[in-house]
Amino acid sequence: MHYMLQFRENPDERAKPNDPAQVGAYWGSWQAYIGALAQSGVMVGGNVLRPPETATTLRVENGTRQVVDGPFADTKEQLAGFVILDLPDLDAALEWAARAPCATGGSVEVRPVLPPPGA
Amino acid sequence: MDDARRDTAAQATLAARESYGKLLAILAARTRDVAGAEDALADAFAAALAQWPTGGVPANPVGWLLTVARRSAGHAAARRQTAERGAALVQMLEDERNDPASDGFGDDRLKLMFACTHPAIGADAQAPLMLQTVLGLDAARIAASFLVAPASMGQRLVRAKRRIRDAGIAFAIPEAKDIPERLSAVLSAIYAAYGTAWDDVTGADPRLAGLADEAIWLARLTVQLAPDQPEALGLLALMLHCEARRVARRGPDGAFVPLRDQDVSSWSHDMMVEAEAALRAASRSARPGRFQTEAAIQSLHAQSRMTGERLDGPLVQLYDVLARFAPTTGVLAARAVALAENGEAEAALQQLDAITDAETYQPWWAARARILWLCGQDEAAREAASRAAGLSSDPGIRRFLLAGGYQEGLRR
Repeated sequence: MHYMLQFRENPDERAKPNDPAQVGAYWGSWQAYIGALAQSGVMVGGNVLRPPETATTLRVENGTRQVVDGPFADTKEQLAGFVILDLPDLDAALEWAARAPCATGGSVEVRPVLPPPGA
Repeated sequence: MDDARRDTAAQATLAARESYGKLLAILAARTRDVAGAEDALADAFAAALAQWPTGGVPANPVGWLLTVARRSAGHAAARRQTAERGAALVQMLEDERNDPASDGFGDDRLKLMFACTHPAIGADAQAPLMLQTVLGLDAARIAASFLVAPASMGQRLVRAKRRIRDAGIAFAIPEAKDIPERLSAVLSAIYAAYGTAWDDVTGADPRLAGLADEAIWLARLTVQLAPDQPEALGLLALMLHCEARRVARRGPDGAFVPLRDQDVSSWSHDMMVEAEAALRAASRSARPGRFQTEAAIQSLHAQSRMTGERLDGPLVQLYDVLARFAPTTGVLAARAVALAENGEAEAALQQLDAITDAETYQPWWAARARILWLCGQDEAAREAASRAAGLSSDPGIRRFLLAGGYQEGLRR
């Protein structure tokens, strides 16, 4: 079964890559985590995203394009990346979610991927 | 909430914590219906919260709760009028009335623990079920402690309770010849609960707060109820030795501090004294076992740190004994590290590589990092440390590993 893990970071966590004292530990943690995922053979895919300030959101209302700077919702926790994992069950997904560096500086949302019709 | 009400709530909470398992055990012992007993008990606690603030706290709060819960169980049975379940509860009330010893709580809690760890109940439900029934923890909190989805933990608990009722699992102390084996399931369940709390090395997770204390409480209770069982004493000694070091396990900035660097003066002297006494009491029966051996290992670690003397040889011997009792991945990995610390790093690496299915087991990778450093294979050690960091859910341990923590104190 495929699960999507959405990594969300709070403002403190997002500040780490810009702090010379913390940037090493920050990327080191993510590298170790993604490395462990890849080497365990559960990774289907995934990406790290640029910070939420770089987001652009578009809506079409009455035929007009509304383009806004910034992410969909201006909340404290922002999406920082995601992975799709192939795992036996939710409990296994939660175990991987708990290992994500942002689990203590934000949250990890775990969602089962809807299988394609007929699968 | 005014003071009187707050005070009453506090008293009801205290009564709940201290007597929940007792009351549930008494209520469920005859019907084997844990879920029904829980409902009745919940009614009784609700009634207490409603009545005690105005009517005052009764002289015997536990007796009061039991009476109300029994009445509620009786009402529930009458309401349902389903022959099977109702009859069982009515029978329970009848038995309870006719049982002259029913006011003494006896060993009902131990019976409840044995029922929760019956081999017919799935191993993954035993520890959670015991926490819920004996301590009254709710399913969401237990799910968080064991890192599973609350809904699946809820289902697991419901299934387990249904099995107790439908399979007719007895609320009884097993026969003498079966006690050691059945008790070991009880002890394993308690240890699983403690291990969950222990993994939260920084104490950062509020969902786990108090879980270690509760596990120790259950172990003390087991020792009290089964005083002639050396493994129960061994488990208590083991957990007390670990708990004594809780404060010393982290630095002021939340950093992980390994045993070798811990400030010995911050260890709890009282807990260590109690642990040593329990271990001595256990050894008097000359029936060694897994938990006594693990406690002896922790005792040796403590002694080594207190005196500064390296006890690597005796540690390897104890780990060999432990591996015979419990050849788990964790024990085998720890034994390999002990061997490496004793100067046989290459042999230790072979032992470690012989362990299978450790691909995502964090302690195996941490052990590998330490052993590789002791072998002088720095590059491979760093890779193993990185893998262990990626598999850790604790920021302090992650930082420690990525900073080359297990490289310290090498004796090459």
